[in-house]
Parts: sequence; structure tokens; C-alpha cells
Amino acid sequence: MYFKLPNKIIDELRRWLPILSLTTLIVFLVGLYFSILNSPPDYLQGDSMRIMYIHVPAAWLALGSYSFLALSCVCWFIFRNPNFNLFAKSIAPIGAIFTLIALVTGSIWGKPTWGTWWAWDARLTSMLILFFLYVAYIMTWQSIVNKELAAKISAALGVIGFINIPIIKFSVDWWNTLHQPATISKLSAPSIHISMLTPLLIMTFAYILFLATLFLIRLKIEIIEQKILRANK
Amino acid sequence: MSKKVKKRLITILLSVLVLLIATLLITINLRDNIIYFYSPSELQETTINKRNIIRVGGLVKDGSYKYNDKTKIYSFVITDNSNEVNVSFVGIIPNLFAENKGVVVEGLAIDKVNFTALKVLAKHDENYMPPEVIDALKQEGQWQEE
Repeated sequence: MYFKLPNKIIDELRRWLPILSLTTLIVFLVGLYFSILNSPPDYLQGDSMRIMYIHVPAAWLALGSYSFLALSCVCWFIFRNPNFNLFAKSIAPIGAIFTLIALVTGSIWGKPTWGTWWAWDARLTSMLILFFLYVAYIMTWQSIVNKELAAKISAALGVIGFINIPIIKFSVDWWNTLHQPATISKLSAPSIHISMLTPLLIMTFAYILFLATLFLIRLKIEIIEQKILRANK
Repeated sequence: MSKKVKKRLITILLSVLVLLIATLLITINLRDNIIYFYSPSELQETTINKRNIIRVGGLVKDGSYKYNDKTKIYSFVITDNSNEVNVSFVGIIPNLFAENKGVVVEGLAIDKVNFTALKVLAKHDENYMPPEVIDALKQEGQWQEE
């Protein structure tokens, strides 16, 4: 995998990013319309369950982003292609923000539903650790001046942190937690009515587009930054 | 694939494997410390320290939820269908608290079947349904309260 990023990637990104951003906005508006205005409230939670449409996709993609980050780090270790570090560096702050969104919206939902803002159960704690892992990854790049050393340490951190991902995923099955088990992970029918599943899926699609947009913007910045560094050498 | 790449691939796969096994061992052994609450059955098997704050969770038994106007004490029974714990509580009950629904209480165990709660948390299940659907299911007799 000794690939090179295409020479004209910056021009290509400049051309496609506005279109991608606009699509993201439109899908988000459709998703929000369905999740806020055109879907029923929950029989038990009432309207506060609508936070789920923001919370769940953010949490899914926070895990997905970290998996991508860890995979990039593994690939960097094996192939030593610096482009893998660009991928990992680009996704890290986005994943951190998505984790934060999941934590904050979960907290807002938890107060009226559970009766508490926060509980130190396995799901919530491991999710908080995920946020710190993202922050630690970003900070190793920021704080270590020798970039070759920074690449090694951050990649090691990225790989080691991956063990947290299955822990987050299965925490609700392995231990007694306050957080409920997954609604949509079983292969059988999900425990959510179709009228609520539709807005959730649209929102997830919107989040994926949003993630792609942010990732490409970040990648563009990282590539330009690298070019400047190389030019100054 | 060059020899160098193959070597690195094997090294990293082995390290990840070792890491996974280590974590698995740690998490399995820490099980008692990581669980957020005990079920009533697990409470029977634990040695109770009366001064330690612990959490017990399960379903609120049908018909057990009572409020004493004079003493301002709420009382209910937590069950896991094999063992039961009697809970008494003074304070604010969350909105989603209901009989046949999940609950987690935090407080002090007096003995293995009596519990004084300092905090009551409603545990939500993974089901999301519109109210009309629940009504329809109930009419058809297909809705099963857990």
C-alpha cells in the first residue's frame, strides 16, 4: 500500500466540498423535520426521546471514527506511509466532538429519564474514556516537537486505545449498567417502531455525510500544512 | 509484500492479540467492581457492609408501590423474578418510575431483603414505541409487560 495522494487532490476537494456540504445540509434538514415534527413521541418518555435522534448517530459515529483512526494507525505501523497519519489526524477532532455530543445529549436525556445527569456505569464511563483517548491522540501530535517521534507515539496510542471500542459496545451486555442495551443491534426485528426508525436512519445518513464533509475539510488542511512544512525545510 | 512489511504485520497483529487478551482478563476479573448495580439475587450472595453505599436494580414488582402520607415514605419491592428486595425511600421519584419497569436504587442495605434508598433512578429499556401502537398492541393482547 505505497499509494500517493493524487497531486490535484486539493483542487478536487475545492470543487466537491461545496456540493457535499450542501447535500449534508439538505439531508440534515429532512432528518430534523422527521425527527422533531413528523414522528410520534414515545409511549413512556414522551418528547424527550427525540434527543435519541441526535444522540445515537453521534455515538455510533464516535465509535466508527475511532475504529477508522485505529485502523489508520495499524496501517501506518505496517506500511510506514505518512498518508495514514494524515487520515488519523484528520478524523481525531471530529470523533472527539461526536463523542462530546453523545455525552452531553445523553446527559440531558438522562436527567428527565433516569433522574440523574451522570452515572458511573460501564457504558458512560467507557464513553468518557473514549473522549479522553481522542484528546490524548490530538495532544501527542501537538506537544511532541519531533514529528517522527510524535508519529510513533500517537500511532501506538491510537492502536492501544482501540480495546476501548468493544468494551463500549458490549458494556451493556457484559455488566449491569444504567444505560439500556442496544435497540438496533440484533439481527431480528429492532425494538423500535418503524415510524421512529425512519427518522433515526435519515439522521444517521446526515451524520455520515457531515462526518465525510468535516473529514475532507480536515484532510485538505492537513495536506496544505504538510506542503508548507516541506517547503520551509 | 516485502519481508519487512510482513514482519511488521506479524508483530502488530501479535501485540494487538496480547493486548486484547490482557484487557479481557482484566475486565472479567474486575466484574464485581464494574457492575453498576446488584440484582436482588446477587445481593443474596454478597456480604453486606451496612455502611457502604451500594446499588440494587431490577423490576418494580406489580402492586408493590406505596406511599405513606404521614411518614412521607415511598416503598416498593424490587424483583428479578427469583428474589425480592423491599425498598423504602424519602425524596423525589423520577417521572418514568412505574410498576413493572426497571429501577436502580442507591443507598444502604439493612439486610439482604431490606434496603433504604437515598436515590431512585428509573432504568429505561431499549423499546421505543408510539403511544398508539402500544394501545393497539394492548387491545390485541400482544403487549407483554416485562
